Amino acid sequence: MLEIKGLEVNHGWVRALQDLSLQIHKGEMVAVIGANGAGKSTLLGTLAGLYKPAGGNILLNGRSVTGRPTEYMVRQGISLVPERREIFNSLTVLDNLLLGAYHRYRSVKQTVMEEAKKILELFPALRGREDDPAGALSGGLQQMLAIGRGLMARPSLLLLDEPSSGLAPLVVREIMSALSDLKKTGMTVILVEQNTAAALKATDRALVMERGRIVLSGGSGEMIRNARVQQAYLGRVRAAQPAVAL
Amino acid sequence: MDLTEQLLQLLFSGLTLGGIYSLIALALVTTFNITGVLNMAQGEFLALGALLAASLCAAGAPLPVAFVISVAAIALLGGLLERSVIHPARHAPGLILIIITIGLSISLRGLALLVWGTEPASLPAFSGGGPLFVKGAAISPQSLWILSLVAVAVVGLSAFFELTYIGKAVRACVINRTGARLVGINPAAMSFLAFAGSGALGAAAGIFIAPITLATYDMGFLLGVKGCVAAIIGGMNSVGGAVLGGLILGVLEAYGAGLVSSGLKDALSLMVLLAVLLWRPEGLLSAVTGRKV
Repeated sequence: MLEIKGLEVNHGWVRALQDLSLQIHKGEMVAVIGANGAGKSTLLGTLAGLYKPAGGNILLNGRSVTGRPTEYMVRQGISLVPERREIFNSLTVLDNLLLGAYHRYRSVKQTVMEEAKKILELFPALRGREDDPAGALSGGLQQMLAIGRGLMARPSLLLLDEPSSGLAPLVVREIMSALSDLKKTGMTVILVEQNTAAALKATDRALVMERGRIVLSGGSGEMIRNARVQQAYLGRVRAAQPAVAL
Repeated sequence: MDLTEQLLQLLFSGLTLGGIYSLIALALVTTFNITGVLNMAQGEFLALGALLAASLCAAGAPLPVAFVISVAAIALLGGLLERSVIHPARHAPGLILIIITIGLSISLRGLALLVWGTEPASLPAFSGGGPLFVKGAAISPQSLWILSLVAVAVVGLSAFFELTYIGKAVRACVINRTGARLVGINPAAMSFLAFAGSGALGAAAGIFIAPITLATYDMGFLLGVKGCVAAIIGGMNSVGGAVLGGLILGVLEAYGAGLVSSGLKDALSLMVLLAVLLWRPEGLLSAVTGRKV
């Protein structure tokens, strides 16, 4: 479904992604893990059209979408839920959801309201808050709204950037449960997540990024057992190694 | 005329003047919030609308036809200027964009001078009949037309932004540009819409005031500056503030000129601007946003 070949992205003088290649199949849920500055968010932003690549190619269903603007990417079925959420604070929750369907609103005006109700079923905590300004919601509810708004675009590829960032464990559990519901619908998802354990549990496959490159990839189950992943991202120290003295 | 009648008369004059400022401020605030550009050429849209309508009327076109053609033409001009001048420089800092619109203002004024010359052009009043008298003070029917246009513009813009889907999409662009792009809204299209809309509103304002002030190539400059002052007084992100700022400015100018000295008129508006910037820099009705005005 998605094929990336030799992708290069620069932020000024800094090379954020270098010679990055990967393939994602339809219906797959893929976790991207890595330290801060590894290029995970840049990868998602580039796929969403927020950053222009300096080189390489992005193919969606066999067609090149390299360097196209965000609104084009949304029309092609790529929807990004960014780490900063970027919701419309002074608009209501319902308006935020309805605007999520902006690119297809004219053709599906009648059904958009029904779809917004389905999103509220996916995130029951948002029910009853439809007329509240989005900015008045707690961080967790804002995250659910941001994901809901992303889903209103009816994407074929959903990009989630740190959905659990700064949220309470209970809320993280609720969001991860919504993600496993999405998995059942066959939606393709790329999940960037600092909470590595939760990400590996929720996904089929995982990629590890370092300094703008993919350095490790494999099935999520296999990655949980990988010593390098355990040590670097799951906070587990190998038995053979002595504990680090402080 | 006793003092009460005189005060009432000055109030009516001030409201008419304030209505004109409000219309310009409304267009400025709308454009500023959607595009981040303070359009200093807004006054020129008003002058061009008035001059074009006056020419069409002089050529024999009925006033409503001249109105529609002029408003549509200036809306198109606004859109074209956005595409050709503002859009290519959209990533430039705000100050550069303001300087670009000042350049546009000077160019449009020069163009109007070339086409229409320095002679004032007139437009007939929208409705006949003498002035209406309220407690001895007169108000002309054309002043009522101007205030009606202000009311229609406020209600229309509020309804557009609050009730329509496309209006909410425009607001989304204002609230969070990145968020808007992420749902597929094209900010460039919204920017075009904003300039075309402000061109239309400016032209309509020019046509409404021309029967009172006459249409001249340079009529837009000072009105544009006063509209800008009104927008800053009211708050750059508030439609209601733009109207309030315009009306306050118009009434203060009328009282200043009528009761103290006519030479005080322009100085007064700048003093009010200074006072507001010192006391409440975000404007009277604006929420504090951290955006510099």
